[in-house]
Amino acid sequence: MSYIEPHAHMVSRTTDDYQAMAIAGCEAICEPAFWAGFDRSSAQGFHDYYRQLTDYEPKRAAKFGIKHFCWLCINPKEAEDSGFAREVMAIIPEFLDQPTVLGIGEIGLNKNTVSELTIFEEHVAIAQQHDLPILIHTPHLEDKLKGTRLIIDALKNAQVDPSKVIIDHVEEHTAGLVLDQGFWAGMTLYPESKCTLPRAVDILENFGMENIWMNSACDWGISDPLAVAKCMQEMKKRQHSRETIHKVVYDNPVKFLSQSPNFSL
Amino acid sequence: MPSKQDILDLYFMDARCKLIDIAAFLDRMDRFDGEPDYRFDGFHEALAAMLEPGEQSRAQAVLNTLSDQSKEPIPKAIIQGAFGAPNKKAAN
Repeated sequence: MSYIEPHAHMVSRTTDDYQAMAIAGCEAICEPAFWAGFDRSSAQGFHDYYRQLTDYEPKRAAKFGIKHFCWLCINPKEAEDSGFAREVMAIIPEFLDQPTVLGIGEIGLNKNTVSELTIFEEHVAIAQQHDLPILIHTPHLEDKLKGTRLIIDALKNAQVDPSKVIIDHVEEHTAGLVLDQGFWAGMTLYPESKCTLPRAVDILENFGMENIWMNSACDWGISDPLAVAKCMQEMKKRQHSRETIHKVVYDNPVKFLSQSPNFSL
Repeated sequence: MPSKQDILDLYFMDARCKLIDIAAFLDRMDRFDGEPDYRFDGFHEALAAMLEPGEQSRAQAVLNTLSDQSKEPIPKAIIQGAFGAPNKKAAN
């Protein structure tokens, strides 16, 4: 069965991963800009990263018959220095016209600081100015609940259309907060944190199959580029129909992503 | 829809394995010297919340117990990572 991988950091992955994902049925990968695992030392480093995301990585994916799209931003882990963050954000508009850019992301919060929140709001303003969808990272572990609440409050204050926003990395305690306000929700399938495969299926069963997707968010850490394909198997084990599985892993991502003028399969 | 029997068939052995791992982790903490920190307190609180979740699901109760419940953004980050349980003493 075909599926979309709506959140994967392929710059950190090998060509073997691309090949395995293609064999598993992956048609398209969407790659949000994120933290490299270390803080970059200059805004120019982000310029090169955006070139990699918009130029090099789509060519690498195409060799395996996979379409590659990206989201641009400075991630919240590097947003504590607001001066540096603004220097990076000034670069973003020159890349927004590139043919595979979907929108602004993954913006959000990390440690729920004043500066992170300010830079988050400024990213939201860029998305609004360009009428682009937004992909949002919610914080890790003990910081997730508070960060999700702060993010939702900021989006409501900015009067953002919730149907153009996906709030990612939801778990059982945040999925309802996100979906009840009309936002889309993303579940990240990780072996050790965020959602395991059985828990992701629990969340689907408890919160419904609308306005929700799942992703591997595979990167340089402990993660699995085939997590979405494996969760399709988990849904099958739980007796979900082929149509329901297809809706979650294909129709839903296509519906949300089609709000970006550059998304096409 | 699967039955309870189906769910047991699918997940009992995995849950049993994880339950024993938790018990062994607690034994390990008992066996070694030194003082635990706020994470271990949070772990015990989460275990209690799992058994008495109230109106929430058990998973929600555990996650909420292991979450920072404060409302305001903090002035500045002193670390980039997270530890899995709120440090209530540091917050006070």
